[in-house]
Amino acid sequence: MSDGAPLLELEGVSKRFGPVQALDRVDFAVRAGEVVGLVGDNGAGKSTMVKTIAGIHAADEGTIRFEGREVSIAKPQDATELGIATVYQDLALCDNLDVVANLFLGREEVSPGFGTASRQLDEARMEHETGELLSNLAVTIPSLRSEVGTLSGGQRQQVAVARSLLGEPKVVLLDEPTAALGVAQTAQVLNLIRRLRERELGVVVISHNLVDVFEVADRIFVLRLGRAAGEFAAESTTEEHVVSAITGVGSDGEKKNGVEQELRAESAESGEEER
Amino acid sequence: MSEAAAGTAETEEGLPRPKETIRRLVQGDLASLRVVIGLALIWAIFQFENDRFLSAQNLTNLMLQITAIGLISVGIVYVLLLGEIDLSVGAVSGLAAAVMAVLNVKHGWNPYLAIAAAIVVGLAIGVLQGSLFSRFAVPSFVVTLAGLLAWQGALLQVLGSTGSINLTDPKITGLANTFYSDTVGWIIAAVVVGGYGAVLFLGHRRRVAAGLESENLAGLVVRFGLVAVVTIVATTVLNSDRGVPLALLILLGFVVGMEYVVKRTGFGRHVFAVGGNAEAARRAGIPVNAIRVAVFGIAGTMAAIGGIMAASRLLAVNQNSGGNELLLLAIAGPVIAGTSLFGGRGSVWTALMGALVIGSISNGMDLLALSSAVKFMVTGGVLLLAVLVDAVARNQRSATGRV
Repeated sequence: MSDGAPLLELEGVSKRFGPVQALDRVDFAVRAGEVVGLVGDNGAGKSTMVKTIAGIHAADEGTIRFEGREVSIAKPQDATELGIATVYQDLALCDNLDVVANLFLGREEVSPGFGTASRQLDEARMEHETGELLSNLAVTIPSLRSEVGTLSGGQRQQVAVARSLLGEPKVVLLDEPTAALGVAQTAQVLNLIRRLRERELGVVVISHNLVDVFEVADRIFVLRLGRAAGEFAAESTTEEHVVSAITGVGSDGEKKNGVEQELRAESAESGEEER
Repeated sequence: MSEAAAGTAETEEGLPRPKETIRRLVQGDLASLRVVIGLALIWAIFQFENDRFLSAQNLTNLMLQITAIGLISVGIVYVLLLGEIDLSVGAVSGLAAAVMAVLNVKHGWNPYLAIAAAIVVGLAIGVLQGSLFSRFAVPSFVVTLAGLLAWQGALLQVLGSTGSINLTDPKITGLANTFYSDTVGWIIAAVVVGGYGAVLFLGHRRRVAAGLESENLAGLVVRFGLVAVVTIVATTVLNSDRGVPLALLILLGFVVGMEYVVKRTGFGRHVFAVGGNAEAARRAGIPVNAIRVAVFGIAGTMAAIGGIMAASRLLAVNQNSGGNELLLLAIAGPVIAGTSLFGGRGSVWTALMGALVIGSISNGMDLLALSSAVKFMVTGGVLLLAVLVDAVARNQRSATGRV
């Protein structure tokens, strides 16, 4: 774990959907070369927090600092320009295109020439750069020219992560990167996350799977009902501690009230996603 | 990205091995190979039934017959790649031809201006339909069905009370009725073969320069040889009749040009992306709606060009122009030849190959003097068969883990 100043810092960030307080004065930070596991129950505000950082929802209150500077992230492009890349759960790859085409989708490199529309794609250069990037990340794909639809779930996830790195980001947000993956594939993706850390990126991993989080994260940040409910160093804590922070068992009195709120928060968040 | 790992890494992993190359060759070209075999079968059957089918004269006629439908299909391929459909292209081709005829014959416009106006009409209609489809999220099926009716009405309106206009301007009639001398034909053939060879060679050299594994040289030589043989045989056959027709060159020019756009440019890549996963394309920053509008604009433009060629060949525009089965055959062609109806898969070559298959069946049955009733049923059967074969192939691919 690196001890430098935070790369990305949230202070007192709140987000409200109608009557539901999805995020309530959350403080959060991630440093360069650090993997933070973001855990919490359904509706705890994990997705809302990531979407706030990614610029999909603007925060209602609070400040976001990036490299020590106060910034406003109002739309996804703002986040991208700062150097924050997000890999969503549903991957957003085109199955009918090959690995190279997917990696460079929307930022294809063209050969020099006249006009913009008629310029030829520089396939050789894109393939070269793809090969370089993937081998640096030790990602093995049978062929860079195979269609993404023919790849396994783990390979697809690795392609999606690799793609987020093309913009040379400083912080990468991964939304459930190991969901629906088999054991071997999960290991591949976790290895890739470790290599992101080696590249001195700040990595935030949202996951339901505590085993995966413990395996890869330096720090575990727990959200519950939109509030920060605990922060643990992965080395010195146990799953029981984290689980009790997630469920709130042990933080007496609040429980019954909490369940009710949780249901509301959950329905608000899922409603938001459908939109 | 660090420079240290560059150069050595590619050869170790992530790039095609020989086995993979073979698999790609077999599976990637399977659809086109299927069409070639199907076409050979059709030609063999008709030649067996009537030995005039493969005569130079009839093959030249066949080329002239498929020009209009092939050009319209070029636009349809783009629309199919998006996973959409354009039912208006037949009516648009008729309307554009009528606009050209009226401006040239009744108003005495310069023929080139009249042709340009017709193309602009096609482009404008396509852009209008594409905008309605993308802005209001109305299914393209419905927008273009409405267009089909409306533009047919517009055709009748433009033609006016006469209902038919004969074309006499040599610039316009020459489009479908010009044949080149033997010498010019061979020069064109040499340019085609030489150009193809240069493209293959330069592509190979660029990959080598970038330190990438290239297709093996034998494969390149085979591809070059095939194109050379087809070009030489075609030129020989055409020269032994009236010569290489301008119409065929126009068709080939558009097929090659539009194939280049869709396979080699950023715009084409985005068309494939929108057809494969529109949401992914949007997240990657691709202007999805603009792509859609442009594609429908292309379909309208190609329909207009096809209509102009059809009118030039018929020497007239009438109330039936762009009507009858033209629309359905223009859509059936690319599908028969392997462009997916569901978007994201196909090539502009399928417009040419599909038009050849459909044109051959139609031409052959005309030679055998079969009735329209039989012709429609046979063509329908061929379309169904092609789609079934494609579906079976796709199921096999997904069964072996390849989508």
